[in-house]
Amino acid sequence: MIELKQVSKKYGRRKALHEIDLIIPQGKIIGLVGENGSGKTTMLKLTAGLLTPDSGKALYGGASITRKIASEIAYMPDTDLFYPYFTVEQLFEFYDSQFEDFDLIKAEEIAQFLRVGLDSKMKDLSKGNRGRVKIAVTLGREASYYLLDEPFSGLDPMVRDDIAKILIRFTDTQRQTIFMSTHELKEVEPLLDEIVVLREGQMIAHEAVDEIRDKHGKDATSWMVSLFRKGS
Amino acid sequence: MDFLPDKPIYQQLIDRIIGDIIRGSLMPGEKLPSVRDYAVQAGVNANTMQRVYKELEQMEITETKRGQGSFVTEDIRKISRLRDEMKEQLIASFIQNSNALGFTTAEMVDYLTKRGAKND
Repeated sequence: MIELKQVSKKYGRRKALHEIDLIIPQGKIIGLVGENGSGKTTMLKLTAGLLTPDSGKALYGGASITRKIASEIAYMPDTDLFYPYFTVEQLFEFYDSQFEDFDLIKAEEIAQFLRVGLDSKMKDLSKGNRGRVKIAVTLGREASYYLLDEPFSGLDPMVRDDIAKILIRFTDTQRQTIFMSTHELKEVEPLLDEIVVLREGQMIAHEAVDEIRDKHGKDATSWMVSLFRKGS
Repeated sequence: MDFLPDKPIYQQLIDRIIGDIIRGSLMPGEKLPSVRDYAVQAGVNANTMQRVYKELEQMEITETKRGQGSFVTEDIRKISRLRDEMKEQLIASFIQNSNALGFTTAEMVDYLTKRGAKND
């Protein structure tokens, strides 16, 4: 279990996150939504141990999250950080050498499912295919938590659909958790168990998707819009 | 798959599977896809699909055979009861809507007979 307790983070004088309390249990798919600059990436990085809180605690299994936690938590940034002359195969081998939990066979299976050739060089791949490879190397790891920063952003509907399918097929919701930021709430909602809403560094809601529909009689997108109206 | 906004997704999936059974596109005794396969196909979370399968089993519409998966019940009486329930639901809301607009049931039955004849 990952737990944020009263976590705050500032960049200079700007508050990026303010007194966040959040439990991220095992075995869920959780969406992190909010406008640009609301603190989503900061929250993911704190959870991945890439940033440390200014105050409060970020815990994994009761112990403080540090960079060492990388063996349990797979983080996927929203940027491409691939060496352009690597082929997909070489990239997988590189990951295999870096991460003990990397499963080369699983990664290749995902690439095959996505129809991405292993011999292609990263620099020759389309943006859509780079998005596919990125998700393949991330899910190629057998982590307990996958923290994904905007896995669908800037990709066309075909690729988004592929990535959604991969998330369902290649993770085990009995024991693995996906925590991902997204702007495509309408499309992503059927994938989610829970939604966390950030606004200007504050967590303004955390609800189960079924509850939102049951209690409020609307889908997550309309619910979020009404939250923001209420707050402004 | 597309989902309506005002009803939980698992509920809509249950309705869809029941619809498939009533329509006969899922036959008595037929095996359902695995939870994971069906989740991928429908584009929903595997937890959601797990809940769908569990509720269908509790409603005795499906049976889980250990190690083999979920199957549509072979009990024809249950399926015909399901059919009757669905009919009742449709008619109840039809009567309610008609009465709300001031149409009498007799008037609607009369029209339905004429209108239905055109469709058949």
